[in-house]
Order: sequence, then C-alpha cells, then structure tokens
Amino acid sequence: MGAPAAQPKTRPVVLSEDGLARLLARLHHEGYEVIGPTVRDHAIVHGPLSEVDDLPRGWGDEQTPGHYRLVQREDDAYFGFAVGPSSAKRTLFPPRQPLWTAESRDDANFAIIEAERPERRLAFFGLRPCEVAAIAVQDRVLLHGIVEDEVYAANRADVLLVAVECGAPAATCFCRSMSTGPGMESGADLILTELLDGDHRFLVRAGTTTGEDLLEQLEHDEATEEDLDARKEVLASAAARLERRLDTTDIHGLLMGNLDHPRWDAIAERCLACANCTLVCPTCFCTTVEDRTDLAGTEATRERRWDSCFSLEFTHTGPASVRNSTRARYRQWLTHKLATWIDQFDTSGCVGCGRCITWCPVGIDLTEEVDMIRRTSEDNVAPWPMVPSPLQEG
Amino acid sequence: MTGGIGRPTVAVWKFASCDGCQLSLLSAEDELLTIAGEIEIAYFLEATREVKEGPYDISLVEGSITTPDDAERIRQVRDISTTLITIGACATAGGIQALRNFGDVEAFRSLVYARPEYVDTLADSTAIAEHVPVDLELRGCPIETSQLVEVINAILAGRKPVTPTHSVCVECKLRGNLCVAVAHGTPCLGPVTQAGCNARCPAFDRGCYGCFGPAESPNTPSLAAWLEEELALEHPDLVRLFRSFNADAPAFRRESRRHEPEEVAT
Repeated sequence: MGAPAAQPKTRPVVLSEDGLARLLARLHHEGYEVIGPTVRDHAIVHGPLSEVDDLPRGWGDEQTPGHYRLVQREDDAYFGFAVGPSSAKRTLFPPRQPLWTAESRDDANFAIIEAERPERRLAFFGLRPCEVAAIAVQDRVLLHGIVEDEVYAANRADVLLVAVECGAPAATCFCRSMSTGPGMESGADLILTELLDGDHRFLVRAGTTTGEDLLEQLEHDEATEEDLDARKEVLASAAARLERRLDTTDIHGLLMGNLDHPRWDAIAERCLACANCTLVCPTCFCTTVEDRTDLAGTEATRERRWDSCFSLEFTHTGPASVRNSTRARYRQWLTHKLATWIDQFDTSGCVGCGRCITWCPVGIDLTEEVDMIRRTSEDNVAPWPMVPSPLQEG
Repeated sequence: MTGGIGRPTVAVWKFASCDGCQLSLLSAEDELLTIAGEIEIAYFLEATREVKEGPYDISLVEGSITTPDDAERIRQVRDISTTLITIGACATAGGIQALRNFGDVEAFRSLVYARPEYVDTLADSTAIAEHVPVDLELRGCPIETSQLVEVINAILAGRKPVTPTHSVCVECKLRGNLCVAVAHGTPCLGPVTQAGCNARCPAFDRGCYGCFGPAESPNTPSLAAWLEEELALEHPDLVRLFRSFNADAPAFRRESRRHEPEEVAT
C-alpha cells in the first residue's frame, strides 16, 4: 500500500448473499477487472470473476505436505477453502513480462520501444489476510525498496483489495506464527467475514475510504452484536485449527548461526531443486531476463521472467554456478526468506500461507526444518551480525 | 559459433532415429521460408536430394550410434563441421533404442532376424557426445521446433541461445498449469526433467514422462521415494517410468537400475 489511507468511519455492516453479488457487480460497473478464487482443473486458483457463480461455492480443499485435493463441502460457503497455488503475484508481478524491443532502423541505428503497460483498474476479490500481507511484503520490496520496480508499480497503481477473513485454514497453514491471520483489522479496502450460522451473510468492514464509498452505494444492514460475535466465533474456530507453528524467536540468529548445520545436508537429500516453492511463494521476486532476436536480425526483444534461487543459472557467474549444490540453494532460500529478508526489508519474507509446503512435490516442510535446526542447534554458535538495512540508512 | 558471418551452411545428419527431429525443422512452418533465406541448407536428404560438398558451418545431428559404421561416420561428420549440434533424445541420450543397453543384444538378434549374421550392430545405443565433442545438445523426443528455431536465431545473431536447463516445473508455473502431481496424484517426472517443451503434457493433465531427459540437478532418488511411498508406485512401475526415451541418460539409468529386481541388477 502507498501512503496510509484516511481511516474510514463506517461501522461494520452486513451484506446478504445478494449483497455479495451486488458488490461484485458494483466493482464491474466501476470499471474494475475483478480477479478472485475460482475452480479450475480440480483446484482453486485465481481467475477472472464475472459473477458470484464463478466463486468456488461449496468447495473446500484438503492440503498436507505435497498434497492438495479439492473437496466438496457440506455447506454453501463461498470462501470455505484455504489458499491455492496462485497468488496476487501472478497478476501484479507477472511470470513473463516483455520489457522492450529494439528495432533496427538502418545499418547503424536502432530504436528502443518500451513495452506497453496497459492501464487497468484491478480488484482482487476474496483474498485471504495472508495474501494481503504478501502484497504488503511485495510492496515493501518492489515499491519502497532501493529501486521502484516500474512493472509492479504500474500494475499496483489502481488496485482495490476485497479481503475475506479465513474460516478454513489448511493443515499446511501457519499464519498465526507470522501474525498475518486468520483475521485482519486493516490493509484492504473491504474486509469481509463469511458467516454461515443462521442466515448466510457477510460481515463487512471498510479498511479505507474507497471501501467506505463502495459500501455506501450498496444496500446493507448495520451489524448487530450477534453478527460481531459470529465473526469472533469464525476466527476462534479457525485459530483453533491452525496447529502448525513456526517459532520465529530470534530466527535470524538461529538460522545464520547454523549455516553449517547437518540438517541442510538432510534437506538436500530430499530437495528436488525444482523451484516449485519459490514460484508458488507469494513474496519471492527473483527474475532473470531473456533476450531474443528475430531471424532477419532486425528486431531484439528483452523479456523478464520469474527465476528461482533453486536454478543453477541463477548464480552463474564466470565459469560456473556459485551455489552449485542443492544444499547451498535450499539454505539460501530459507535463510533469505526467514532471516536476511529482515535485514533487507525490515520484514520477514514469509507470511505463513503454507504454499511452499503443499506444492513441494516431495512435501518438504519449512516449519519442520526450522524446528529440527532449533532443536539440534548448538548453543554456542556464533551469531551472524544483523546487517544494517540500506533502507534504514537512507 | 558462426555469428555475424552471414549465411551459414547447414547440414542435417541422420543416425539411428525415427526422423521426427529432422521433421521438426520442416515443421517450423511460419519461420521455414525465412530460415531458408538466412541459412544455406547444404545437406538435408529428408528435404532435398541436392547435396553440396562440405565442410559445413553447422551440422545438426539426429540419432544415436548403434553400428560400427555409424561410429566411424560421426567422426567424419565432426571433422567437416565447425559447430555440431545434436538434436533429440536419440542423439543426446541414445533414445528409446537404448533399451537394448539393458538387455542382451545377441539374444534379440538371433531371435528376431532370420539371418542374424547380416546384422552388424553394437551392443549399446549411445549418445553422439560419447563419440565426438558436441557444441550444443537439444533435448526432447522429438525436439521442440521453437527451441531449434531459437538456436538458429542465436547462431545468426552471435548470441547465447535461450535453452534453460531447469526443471519442467518452472515451465508449469510460468504457464499457470496446475501441478498434476500434487493436486491430482499423477506420477510426474517434471521435477527431475529438463524444461524446453513448455510443460506440454501437464498442460493436458498428463504427468511429464521425461522426454527432455534429466534436468540440471536431478534428484531422482528423492522423487522415486515419494512416488513409491505416497503414490504407491511399485518397483516395476518406477523402472518403466525412468526407462523410456532417455533410458540411458545417466541419472535416469541409475534410477531405473535401482528399482530392478536384485537378481537381474548389474
């Protein structure tokens, strides 16, 4: 998010199921391209939402390390599932992004043509609190870092966030450990809580004045004490199911003080270095560029694409790859995500969404790995110094 | 490489193979006429009977080495080629015919042919790189036309071709494919297979069957253990999974050997 938006004054309201449909219609009416969860290929992924019927109504999911299945719920919940493999990253920081084309004009000259960045209003509908937190992390890195990323900034310029608090965490989720869920108080334009007790309805709070304006245009009821209690019940029930933990106590010192821990070797035995964890991670931002030419030799294009610290080419400098073992690559990923990210960006790179656990083809679980290192860490390891962030100095 | 020298001469050679990879060049329909303008096809029997004498700037070599004659012929091809590029699973790993490397060629020969003594064959089907130095290998069964065009493009421009060696998983995620292994429980070689096909099979709900051969750091033992424990594949399934078009690529060969019955394992 950019500058803190003015705090809205609106009190919580309640939307009916029809109200949810009207909210979506309102967004379309205001020219938003709406993206949200939808069922495709037996999973819940992000896609365009034309109407509420596009939402995964009645669907839930079952997630364990290396395992995801869509399951039919016993109710008609619109948001009765945890996060799927896609995230807002796919839209705001696309997998492939043309940057520019060079066209030869005559023998000696060429012109650089910047890739077009279409202006659009984007609304994310139905993001979980952890997903909103992930956008905040990417904002920190790509908007408020040392250099602003032009592509991300252009995509992020006019984005509306409609979040839905989480009532259906998966077994791979650990948002409580990262303080990113299951509920949220701010960070989105509208924050919904789906209430399934009694009448199927949605408690809605405005997180920004934009959200407030939207609410005013929709027919709604004031929230009652029962509605507010029902929300508390949803969150308490979700929290009770969030059993997975990542103990973040001095995690920087723990990981950086254990760079030679034998556990890294054990992980490397299992790790496929396939890069899935980094590509499903909603905050991982590493890219490379690919240059291509046409057969006539008159045009060259540069495209940016997602890369991963798990690929050999990623650290290919001079004659070879610097991190040429899987051990070195996994360790780089985990220590960056959970420790040195804090040095760089004053925040953890992890939001506890659990995607890297579910979508690892061999079910490697970072919470288990950190726990193993913690339990077998030697007490006398030399702590790695916290590196002052250039952001702090600036 | 021949970057900047104008119109390079190109020869296309066939060894033990099905011709599918050569055809990939002819299948480059949109680019074919432009390609023909930018390179001089000097030797390409699949396309034209017109043959120009070597040496050649670029040789594209399809097929594996399976006979003593071919073992000699590939050395001659190397001698008259500035750049030698192998195309496809046969040329880069021995191909499907490398299944013979796991069996007894003498037994096959005596059973299959009426006059076995007429068949002059080697015991193994081997990759071109086991016989001569190779400048670039293009994987796949068959190769991906777009990769071949990219390599020709790169040679003409004097730049490095974009032919990543990471896993197929990267292509699935770039493309937005759902992971068929995690979400459907489909056995998939994608995590240990080299990219290049744009994740074609997973895009059609099929597991990757590894036709591009092992990726840059293929942890096949870990994947095989997961397939066995979580997806209930048995040893014969694992042997078949790893033993197909790239059966003799070292990582896949070792993995399929690991799951053979002990009395047969060598």
